[in-house]
Amino acid sequence: MIDTALSANDIWFLVQGAGWTLLITAIAIVAGTLLGILFGVARATLPGWSTLPLGFLLDIFRSVPLLIQLVLANSFIPILGIRATPFAVSCLVLALYTSAYCAEIVRGGVLSVPLTTRRAARSLGLTWWQDMKEIVYPMALRVMLPSWIGLTLGVMKDTALVGWIGVIELLKSSQILITRMANEPLFILCIAGLIYFLISFPISRLGARLEQRWRDND
Amino acid sequence: MIEIERVKKSFGSLTVLDEVSLSVNTGEVVSIIGGSGSGKSTLLMCINGLEPIQGGRIAVDGIEVHAAGTDLNKLRRNIGIVFQQWNAFPHLTVLENVTLAPRKVLKMSRAEAEAIAVQQLEHVGLGDKLKAFPGKLSGGQQQRMAIARALAMSPKYMLFDEVTSALDPQLVGEVLDTMRLLAGEGMTMILVTHEMGFAREVSDRVAFFKSGKIHEIGSPQQIFESPQMPETRAFLNSVL
Repeated sequence: MIDTALSANDIWFLVQGAGWTLLITAIAIVAGTLLGILFGVARATLPGWSTLPLGFLLDIFRSVPLLIQLVLANSFIPILGIRATPFAVSCLVLALYTSAYCAEIVRGGVLSVPLTTRRAARSLGLTWWQDMKEIVYPMALRVMLPSWIGLTLGVMKDTALVGWIGVIELLKSSQILITRMANEPLFILCIAGLIYFLISFPISRLGARLEQRWRDND
Repeated sequence: MIEIERVKKSFGSLTVLDEVSLSVNTGEVVSIIGGSGSGKSTLLMCINGLEPIQGGRIAVDGIEVHAAGTDLNKLRRNIGIVFQQWNAFPHLTVLENVTLAPRKVLKMSRAEAEAIAVQQLEHVGLGDKLKAFPGKLSGGQQQRMAIARALAMSPKYMLFDEVTSALDPQLVGEVLDTMRLLAGEGMTMILVTHEMGFAREVSDRVAFFKSGKIHEIGSPQQIFESPQMPETRAFLNSVL
């Protein structure tokens, strides 16, 4: 047996941290993806000049390190007179960060559908909306999925940074344990790493399975 | 009836259609021949409103295609178009490719749409490929599927845009057979084609396009046997 001072309570503490990691990831991915679809479709279908400001804003979210965004948002939001918990700030910043990347994925996906295919759909009498739903969405999805799975996994790991503004997620909770049990940092980090892996693995397997199923049809 | 009157179309400073006029009566088959870039394909795109025009008018059964209030989605139900690149929907089976528009646009039930689709696919000789995905079909089969897809909307008019140009030579025949069948059934058709023998055989009239203009139009006999314009003669000499 491994000789450790780690108790069942401590493991439970880590699992609770993992719960926050999962919750923040889920909120950021769902909200970020919805926003990303909106922004991405706008960028792909509206005239270039009209979405220039949006593109610039999304560029900022993509290029400034997430940690800086988190710390700045956490400091400035209260100055604006809005009361927000670190958890809410984390979800907001990560959702916007996700939407910036997702918008590019969606834009690329929509533009990957050949214009001639869309014309064929419209020539059959399908409306713009029906063309989007029946042709563009399923075709783009096949192009977008691998990148989107990558984004989801990346955001899940990026949630480790919200510990800096005081959310006790998985990494932060393992750091707290480490300060208490200073002689077992590597063991605790191994457990935390294992939990991250257990969260990621099903997501990446799901993506691989969908890709395989689509490949069989092409 | 399709009426095209003095239509002008340009992409930027490039004039593609220069005051083109042409009327196609119900039941008539009109072929458009001419060199690349002469505006033939663009004309077809203008007829069902996929391309805007800069002057003149196009009316289909009296409905102005480019008028502001025209419901293009409704108009397009009557006008089938088949493209050079067959444009299959790769994520849908052959049957689903054909049933999509009848279900979504004409609001048919699945069973109703499938009955029509199966009939059309058998018509073009694809009755045994219903469950296949387009990626598993040859170019000729995909092109025949595209024809069935357009026919499933029971259009009054069919436009064919160089439908055999992207096919391997040995697959051209099967697609032409399908079109010959349609012409024989009295379908009103406008076909842009490089298949001179076919144009001569099925057409009621042949129009020769050059630099965005109809240079000469007449019966197949006139165009192919005694063309009046030197440009027509030069073109035919270069391709025949």
